[in-house]
Amino acid sequence: MSDSTPTAATSTPATPTRPAYRPAVLRLPARPIRAALWLTVLAAAVAVPFYLEGFWLQAGLFAMSAAIGAIGINLLTGATGQLSLGHAFFLAAGAYSYVYLSSDLGLPAPLAAVAAVAVAGVCGGLFSPIAGRLKGAYLGIATLALIFVGQHVLFNAEPVTGGFNGRPVPPMELFGFVFADTPELVVLNVPFGSLERLWFLGIALLAGAAAFARGVLRGRPGLAMNTIRDHEIAAGVMGVPVARYRAGVFVLSSMYGGLAGVLVALVFQQVVPDYFGMLLSLDYLAMIVIGGLGSVAGAVAGAAFVSLLPQLLTRYSDALPLVAEPGSGGVSPAEAARILYGAAVVAVVLFLPGGLAGLATRLGRVRLKELKWAKSAPAPASRR
Amino acid sequence: MAVFLELLVNGISVGAVYALIALGFVVIFKATEVVNFTHASLLLAGGYVIARLHPLVGFWAALAAGIAAAALVGALVEFLILRRAHVGSRGVLAIVTIGVDILLTTELTRRIGTEVLALGDPWGDRVLRLGPITVAETRVVALAVAAALIVAFLLAFKFTGWGVAMRATAEDAETAALMGVRLGRVSLSAWAVAGALAAVAAMFLCVFPTPGLDRGTAAAAMKAFPAAILGGLDSTTGALAGGLIVGVTETLMSGYQSELAFLGRGIGDAAPFLVMIVILLLRPSGLFGTKEPARV
Repeated sequence: MSDSTPTAATSTPATPTRPAYRPAVLRLPARPIRAALWLTVLAAAVAVPFYLEGFWLQAGLFAMSAAIGAIGINLLTGATGQLSLGHAFFLAAGAYSYVYLSSDLGLPAPLAAVAAVAVAGVCGGLFSPIAGRLKGAYLGIATLALIFVGQHVLFNAEPVTGGFNGRPVPPMELFGFVFADTPELVVLNVPFGSLERLWFLGIALLAGAAAFARGVLRGRPGLAMNTIRDHEIAAGVMGVPVARYRAGVFVLSSMYGGLAGVLVALVFQQVVPDYFGMLLSLDYLAMIVIGGLGSVAGAVAGAAFVSLLPQLLTRYSDALPLVAEPGSGGVSPAEAARILYGAAVVAVVLFLPGGLAGLATRLGRVRLKELKWAKSAPAPASRR
Repeated sequence: MAVFLELLVNGISVGAVYALIALGFVVIFKATEVVNFTHASLLLAGGYVIARLHPLVGFWAALAAGIAAAALVGALVEFLILRRAHVGSRGVLAIVTIGVDILLTTELTRRIGTEVLALGDPWGDRVLRLGPITVAETRVVALAVAAALIVAFLLAFKFTGWGVAMRATAEDAETAALMGVRLGRVSLSAWAVAGALAAVAAMFLCVFPTPGLDRGTAAAAMKAFPAAILGGLDSTTGALAGGLIVGVTETLMSGYQSELAFLGRGIGDAAPFLVMIVILLLRPSGLFGTKEPARV
């Protein structure tokens, strides 16, 4: 090959105007439409506590907490390709640290929450010698240890964790505003109890968590993480410190887990060790697969699906065929939900690569294509 | 001293059962590079079939049926799901097996409910006295059967056509396929074998001194995961060593629980995982796992 022939490698950088990296996201035609869409979503979210009853608020809050945790594990599993079965442990670390720091050490609630997230991060950091060196499913098995050892500690360290019965969770308090049922508060004729108040805290936390993760995924770290997932050696050759990134993402994802733990503790108002078991970790993996691996929107969609499903089935169990009342011998709502989302995980991988988020993107692309075609194609009459 | 010996013998026999489970796990990993999280539910399926059938057809026929059922479930999972999932990374396949596991475990534990199912084994609660130590007969049989099966498999890997095909696939799937190895059959047989081994292990996990098959049995099967990984996921010898280490650690820690009270109740369940962490810190690819050198 002579020197003068331009090769593919030399010709590609000739278009510097185009950004090098374009993630696959739903691209709406114009800025104003997108802004309007976000405003609508925000308005709807703010309006919810004024119209819906406690059940929906609680279900929504669980979904928000699950979404925060799922974003974290999607950074790790979806974007970096590192499997973790230990996510429930970090939720527990966050939830229990919050309770311990605010009730026993008497820290102000917001400070305790921040410190609890930090504690979850430190736990992830302590595991980083393993998280940095093991890859993929190998790490998945290793993180099983976190669940079993964590459960052991939760049941046995009674002075801190309260043992089997757990501990009550002190309410959050921000600048004198208490997120609890007392003192009474009525806004626009709607009594604002703890769920209504926490709703807004949940929205704020979820929005912040989602924005941060989006920033990480779209920036250089996101590129590095995806390269590690797709080809570890290539990543290393290109100068990505693979082990450090793996460990770092593990810490970040455990901090997301910790934040989700704090929120779920605030909603539950009681932390019990049984909740933070193996099943919770599996739930989180199901969420990100169903929603879509590696994207923030996917994590949120999957979290909503997996955490709302059992609650909806429980609420409407008498109206649904095949689902029996709990304890009556048939398929209970919780079991039906688990069977459904277990099947959903398998179905998504077989038939819907990219999950719910991928489906939305594809539908969006089809729409856009139709739209463009309709605009650019002349009327059939003039074509003749 | 007698107590220690007794615990040691018990630990070795439990460890041999864990080794059986871990062996199936390793066989699947070698043949298909999939980390199989369905393993615990395969085991539960085998145990469930044995428990339900033995009053009807007797223990031995039920055992055969259970082994066949677990092998069939394993093969079906491979044939219907994994073979048809076209995904970029093996990690996603691991999550698929988690999905299958959620499905199977939920259904099986729902069927078992709060019952404790006996398996109707012929050994009952008889014990053997060897000098100062007493061992349950089931434990002795477990050790013998596990040892025989493991030796048989190690020999089969070395000397049969199936074993050579399996090893060739593990070494380099593409080349093996070019040499006429049918990859589909290799992975199908690996899953079937793993299911069968899991069913045998299920039987030994549920007989005396364990009360029987209940919904906690799947959790007991979880201990085979550290066994497989601390030995090295791609090593059959490692599965053996890992199983023994986990079994002995667990039994000793539970046996000396009163002396280890400062570690809390039920340390036996957490101990195998602690050992796994320590070993992974020292040797990230396990005791006998091959460290893949990368050529760039």
